[in-house]
Amino acid sequence: MREVAIVAFAQSDQVRRSDEQSEVEMLMPVLHSVMEQTGLKTSDIGFTCSGSSDYLAGRAFSFTMTLDGVGAWPPISESHVEMDGAWAMYEAWVKILTGEVDTALVYSYGKSSPGSVRDVLTRQLDPYYVAPLWPDAVALAALQAQALIDSGETDEPALAGIAARSREAAADNPRAQVKGAVPQGDYVVQPLRKGDCPPISDGAVAVVLAAGDKARELCARPAWIRGMDHRIEAHSLGVRDLTDSPSARLAAERAGAFERPVDTAELHAPFTSQEVVLRKALKLGDEVKVNPSGGPLAANTMMAAGLLRIGEAAARIHRGESDRALAHATSGPCLQQNLVAVLEGDAQ
Amino acid sequence: MPELLKAPLVVEFPFTRSLGPVQSAFLTGLRERTVLGVKTADDKILVPPVEYDPVTADELRDMVEVATTGTVTTWAWNPEHRRGQPLGKPFAWVLVKLDGADTALLHALDVEGPDAVRTGMRVRIRWAEERSGAITDIACFEPYDGDESSETSPHDGQFEDAVTGIVAEARLDYTYSPGRAQSAYITSVAERKMVGERCPSCSKVYIPPRGACPTCGVATREAVEVGPYGTVTTFCIVNVKAKNLDIELPYVYAHIALDGADLALHGRIAGIPYDQVRMGLRVEPVWTEGGRYPDHYRPTGEPDADYDTYKELV
Repeated sequence: MREVAIVAFAQSDQVRRSDEQSEVEMLMPVLHSVMEQTGLKTSDIGFTCSGSSDYLAGRAFSFTMTLDGVGAWPPISESHVEMDGAWAMYEAWVKILTGEVDTALVYSYGKSSPGSVRDVLTRQLDPYYVAPLWPDAVALAALQAQALIDSGETDEPALAGIAARSREAAADNPRAQVKGAVPQGDYVVQPLRKGDCPPISDGAVAVVLAAGDKARELCARPAWIRGMDHRIEAHSLGVRDLTDSPSARLAAERAGAFERPVDTAELHAPFTSQEVVLRKALKLGDEVKVNPSGGPLAANTMMAAGLLRIGEAAARIHRGESDRALAHATSGPCLQQNLVAVLEGDAQ
Repeated sequence: MPELLKAPLVVEFPFTRSLGPVQSAFLTGLRERTVLGVKTADDKILVPPVEYDPVTADELRDMVEVATTGTVTTWAWNPEHRRGQPLGKPFAWVLVKLDGADTALLHALDVEGPDAVRTGMRVRIRWAEERSGAITDIACFEPYDGDESSETSPHDGQFEDAVTGIVAEARLDYTYSPGRAQSAYITSVAERKMVGERCPSCSKVYIPPRGACPTCGVATREAVEVGPYGTVTTFCIVNVKAKNLDIELPYVYAHIALDGADLALHGRIAGIPYDQVRMGLRVEPVWTEGGRYPDHYRPTGEPDADYDTYKELV
């Protein structure tokens, strides 16, 4: 298998509102940053892949407008997924593995501020049996949290601890939205309190992938992608065991995560209770640093928060702060779909 | 920098969806106050029933009637009712395993507060008074103090006048802001000035500006007033009436390269018979009283432009 690495990572400030910027205006500085880090020009990029969803801002075909920020004319080789950018990166990784290209630009962005993301996300649910009831994203996560409490796997103080640890870690992340000591607050949907829920965020993220020697040339310590896989649970919530994530475990196994211990994990667990599920499914012990960036409890830009996890993990490898990291992305209600990437740096 | 513009935006659509045989039997059953599950190869009964086994992907067709009473497997107290949700007041979300079923159904439970709900509590369906063959034919669950019974009975899934589709109303509300470049453009057009932006790299002037040069991938910042005169680069004759548009057919829609712009914008051509519009026709924008953007473009009376002057913009 070809060696492929993340050689650059950049993100915008993750913020509650970005009224002053259109999608492309928000994204462009991030694209410029990864291109400057690598010294690559648009014409040097073999493949460009992006992730976004027009439902968030209610703006049709916004991804075609963000392509302006890439410099997509004359036409480039390009693709888009209506998913988190982590899945766009999966597509780009596969494209490089085929040998067709040696470099890829991957980006994603989300602008949830124009709408009500809790309600927007109801539209991704089963349209026959579930969506007509409009169960919002917090309600579904709360059902999962209560199942975990009932099974004795967590309790409210433990969840508050996850919230506090995440936002404390975010204090060192200049791009994060919510940091420091934040009160747990009232129940949004019981048993989840405000502090257990992610902020609503606008923002953008980009990474550059490169193969083999090209990666070594572009980056002092590339974050090699040792494996990546994504799996999905059954569609019906009532069919699943909400206290576990067999799809995350299988994705991790297929990505090679269990072959050797990791020192760092960036988990896309938007709700505190979901970190409990993922730690179990991914067999992460207390010695593993979980979400040193603050994670999605500090900034949860839809369609970007998963790629942000991969980018944050890669950046720690670039900086020599991690040697082997697991990065996770999720999509859908109650961790329905899960992607795991295993990243490594060369021996220091 | 001009004031940032914002406007309400409602995206509303009635999705018409057809049903598979299992979904049709289940939803028609709800209309008849009957709850059907579907049996898998390993004798599990799935409620709500699906067309294909979630584990093996086998086609599932054996319908089974289960009870209208069940047990809460998990719950969440929803203190604030949101649009579209059941009951119109605070309620508990519940997953309920109906008696006889092996999987749980999501719905609302009508109780006074979070202290009145717990995992393991017994509940029963409260039917909606008017039922049409939809998940909302179950109004909600309500507390029930009877014991569990796991009896099920085979059902052929056949009903008279079975529902074959649902209409799923979807509405999402937004407050949209077009960002810096487009706010500036919309503001200037309202002042009857056509203002584009120049790319600092290739010097092309884009109107309307979107904030980035699609060739160079860099921000366009320098405002450049163009036009108001321009040239028709290409056009079409519209013979189809658009909804909510009060324009007499046929009419002409054209690409117009304003003088000084490097990208054509589009607009309606009027003030000339539709069959006399041509490439190269010189036009100018016309604002109606109080209009925030040009209503249409009309001929200026100048001689037609040479093809060579606009061929790069066709």
